[in-house]
Amino acid sequence: MTLLRRHLAGVLVLGIPLAWIVIFMLVPYAIIGTYSFWTKTYPTFQPDFQFGNYATLFTDPQYLQVLLRTLKISALVSVASLALAYPFAYWLVFRCRSAGVRTWLYMAVIAPLWVSYLLRAYIWKTILGTEGILNSFLMWAGFTDAPSDIFLYNQFAMILTLTYIFIPFMVMPIYTALERIPPNLAEASADLGQTPWQTFRKVTLPLSTPGIAAGFTLTFCLSFGDFIAPFLVGGPDGNLIAGVIQTQFGSALNWPLGSALSIVMLVIVLSIVSLSDRLERSSRIGAH
Amino acid sequence: MAAIIELRGLSKHYSKTIIGVDDVSLSVEDGEFVTLLGPSGCGKSTLLRMIGGFEEPTQGTIHLAGRDVTWEPPYRREVNMVFQDYALFPHMTVGQNIAYGLKMAGADRKSARAKALEALELVGLPDKVDQRPDQLSGGQRQRIALARAIVRRPKVLLLDEPLSALDARMRDQMRIELKHLHEKVGITFIMVTHDQEEALTMSDRIVVMENGRVAQDGQPQDIYDRPISPYVANFIGTTNFLPATVTDVQADRATFNCAGARLEVLTDTPPQSGARVTLGFRPEKTRLLAEGETAPNMLEGKISEVIYYGLGLRTAITLPDGGSLFIDTLLTDTLRRSAIPKTGAPARAAVEPCNIFVFAGEVQA
Repeated sequence: MTLLRRHLAGVLVLGIPLAWIVIFMLVPYAIIGTYSFWTKTYPTFQPDFQFGNYATLFTDPQYLQVLLRTLKISALVSVASLALAYPFAYWLVFRCRSAGVRTWLYMAVIAPLWVSYLLRAYIWKTILGTEGILNSFLMWAGFTDAPSDIFLYNQFAMILTLTYIFIPFMVMPIYTALERIPPNLAEASADLGQTPWQTFRKVTLPLSTPGIAAGFTLTFCLSFGDFIAPFLVGGPDGNLIAGVIQTQFGSALNWPLGSALSIVMLVIVLSIVSLSDRLERSSRIGAH
Repeated sequence: MAAIIELRGLSKHYSKTIIGVDDVSLSVEDGEFVTLLGPSGCGKSTLLRMIGGFEEPTQGTIHLAGRDVTWEPPYRREVNMVFQDYALFPHMTVGQNIAYGLKMAGADRKSARAKALEALELVGLPDKVDQRPDQLSGGQRQRIALARAIVRRPKVLLLDEPLSALDARMRDQMRIELKHLHEKVGITFIMVTHDQEEALTMSDRIVVMENGRVAQDGQPQDIYDRPISPYVANFIGTTNFLPATVTDVQADRATFNCAGARLEVLTDTPPQSGARVTLGFRPEKTRLLAEGETAPNMLEGKISEVIYYGLGLRTAITLPDGGSLFIDTLLTDTLRRSAIPKTGAPARAAVEPCNIFVFAGEVQA
């Protein structure tokens, strides 16, 4: 009894989050995992243990296509975010001379995270649509005579929207990684005869890879599981894996298949996370 | 011998009021070991960084081996720097760190590694080539930084407070090693430090800096034995300062009235009779007289404090006019078997006429 009392604080501090994770994460995953082996007998599902759902996923080209498309879109979003975020973070850390400007610009990147995610996705609908800002501008500037519908409802619009939404998750880890590099390393490199470009390639870039890996993982996994952007700005070829899962649990009423798809998605995301974790660990040896 | 580094009127003004370096002209000869010495904020590091190319001067020029390099970026200057916290690349092995600067000079992988090993041999760490910097101790990292800087055989090696991150014992050892390394490689060394002992033991020449300017430039013994100003006398070693009035002037000597005593001083530049000056002398060149003993140049007072510091005793004496001075006495025997001055007892101190500095005006020491 006294033993329990002595450890009460510790039990509470660790126990509550543990209970939370068990009840709201592990148990639901276990349920989903169980469902994925069940059989669908319209209009309900029968408890079972068979791999039919998984077999469907890997034999029906429809699912494989969605999976590959989702991987492609997520990869492109991550690459686009990296291409925009890295120069920006680099400029903030190494070139921006005013601490005030640096803080404000950094906050400007983070601030959109406080705005509802749905709203941020919706903004692009109003920008890219036929009645949208982009079309109005093009007509006003005289580039086009009639509003064009080529901007919205396609994969490009989806990548643009997702990049906009998730770019803070790329900027933050890269900024942190770059900030952690002692400035005198670049000086030492210049001192040893390396041009600024060589210094970037041999010192700054390798030392910021943990940030790139973290940012890439975040934006990739977030895009991978997104279903709002495809829903709002995606076109007929914009169905992503999360949307398919939603359909299976909703109108298609095929929970076992939806569960199997969820498990596949979980495995993919977890392997990416562990891969990036391993990469980060190996590149962090020596850098502290 | 030719000048390898020639600074002419070099200045770095951050703004009208914030001045880093102010009109410094300095010539360093090939193979010299020059130390820039001064307290923090005196501009010594800024001066070094300008030579390295990390800061641009607002005025003046820098010549390296006769070539104007004032506006050259660091990677086009044949100087190398040992940074204060070493700045080793954490993602590279020791060997890669050292060979880093060689690849550019067109060296292939094999000869780069051979040269890196040679440099490691020079600093006594040939077995660390495949380790990472974070697996090494502070002193070892310091040596790797040295090896990395000398492997390119620069015309000048710049050292920015190279020993300040080491503990006392390591620092003493590295001091000697650094000096030997300088003799071995024959490269010009320019070192920045705030440690007077470091400057005195290692350098061929010391440049004492004050508020961005050169206060005195000379050999260690010149700086110590003939400081040009109270600032220098106070920064290098300890100095007793006492106000005095000139009473009599002859060709090579002057007589002063100081705290009621008559002091004679040998000086090349005697002051005017009647002038108020400040006399300075070193505690270790001041002798505490035994009871009843007298000497020509003598000050009388009372012992106010005796401090034991292992090597010897530092005795503080208060003079009748309120001034005070220190006397250092080396203990050649154990403390128990030595005569220890008693606090409160009257005491006499003697200084040789050749060991007193004369500074114009009054000094707040």
